[in-house]
This record gives sequence, C-alpha cells and structure tokens, in this order.
Amino acid sequence: MKVLNIIETAYRATIEEQDDTIVWLSHAVRGAGAELGVLLRGNAVSYAVKGQNAAGLTFGGWRQTQPPDIAHDIVSLMAKGVTVYVMTEDLAKRGIEPTDMIGGLERISRESLVPLLAAHDRVWYW
Amino acid sequence: MAQEKTLVFALMDAPYESANTATALRLIDIAVRRGYAVKVFAYEGAVLLPFSRQQRHPNAIHGRSVEEENHLLTREVIAFLIAAAKQNGGTLDWVNCGLCVDERGAGEAIEGVRRGSPADFWQMAQAADNTLVIGTR
Repeated sequence: MKVLNIIETAYRATIEEQDDTIVWLSHAVRGAGAELGVLLRGNAVSYAVKGQNAAGLTFGGWRQTQPPDIAHDIVSLMAKGVTVYVMTEDLAKRGIEPTDMIGGLERISRESLVPLLAAHDRVWYW
Repeated sequence: MAQEKTLVFALMDAPYESANTATALRLIDIAVRRGYAVKVFAYEGAVLLPFSRQQRHPNAIHGRSVEEENHLLTREVIAFLIAAAKQNGGTLDWVNCGLCVDERGAGEAIEGVRRGSPADFWQMAQAADNTLVIGTR
C-alpha cells in the first residue's frame, strides 16, 4: 500500500515539538515499513527553504538546546527513500526560488496533482 | 455473511478546541452502529479525548448546576462508543500515541484505550478498508 502524506498546515507546534509532527510521523511509519510519499503544499512549502534557524529560544533560565530543523528532517526522510514533492505554484506565491531550497525535492504543478494522487493507494491530508 | 468493514480514523485535535472532534466522534458513532471494526489512532492533542480525569463543571452563564449542565465529556462519549461497538457486533480499538501521552501527562485514560505508536497506525491502516485522517488546522 502506497500512501501520500499531504502536509499543508505549517509550523504547527514545531517549537514545542522540536520538529513537524507529520514529517516526524512520516519517519516513524517509514521505519515501520510504509511505502510513502510526502507532498508539501500551501504554507508548508516553506519547509523546503534552506538555512532556517530557530535556535536561541529562551524562557527565563530555560534554553532550547534542540530547536526544530525541519529542512534537515526532510533531507533525512528523502535519504530513507521517501519522495518529497513540493507544489510549484505555492512556491511562486511565496517568492521561493529553486536556489533557496534544499536539494532532492520533486517539484510538481497543480496540473500534475491528480496523477500524483492517482499513483497512491491512500492519501492522508494532514 | 460478508465481513464488516474495517475503518481507521487518525485524529489530532485536542478536546474542546475544534468542531473536528464532534464530527469525528459522529462518524465513529455511525460506524460502530453498523458493526464495523473501527480503529482510532489518537495523535498529539487527541490523546486527551479519553483522558480519565475530565470532569463536569457548572455553567454560571447558563445558570445551571453541574447536574443541570450535564457537560459533554469526550471520555464518556468514547466509553459509550466502545460499548456500542460491542453491542452491535463490532469493535472500537482506540490507540493513543504513547509519546504524545507522555509529553502531555495524559497517561490516565479510560478502560479500553491502549498505548501505541505510529507503527500501530501503519499496521491498522494496512489492514483497513480505508483510513480517514482529520488533522489539526
């Protein structure tokens, strides 16, 4: 069974979780044997931008030592054999250029979305 | 007799925050009334849906006492759904994501709820006729 995880809601408690919960879940189910693709769309295309740095958060005497690094988590997900797609129209709306992005992503247009959905047995829209 | 369907629901929203919760519970209610095998993977805030320490409260704005207000408790709804599943020849297997439970201190859940992981979700989804994901927006 091949599943496509669509991630649209971005930065959902990423500071508290120190990751994106659906990118994390994708790692976990991949580890359990899932055949998986991930599509970043909407605001979640920003996860593809390299050089983000959420370090330095402090509250009083508490310091966050492991801030989220979602671009890195996506790179490591791809290294596990998961194809990560990113919607080109959503990148364009946000002024994100290919040079701004981590490598290895599959750029797809809205026009290509239907065949992409059809190529998966299940689509989980998070 | 044909085998009844197996449906999986992945829920994310915490109780009392979103209309998604009532919608999900209503869909599960329909499925258990039909005797389906229903499996729920509660992820993130949804692990608090069966939290056993939920308590009713009075509502001064409504001018009602605790008893009169009879506030909906999701833990009770889930207990009723588990019972209804049994009565209708089906099952309701509710799995709380263990790490999500830990970070929320939500370990006290009602009877019939078990601790699991995303691997359980994947196994449930593989064996199901279909899976509905209701994520937090």
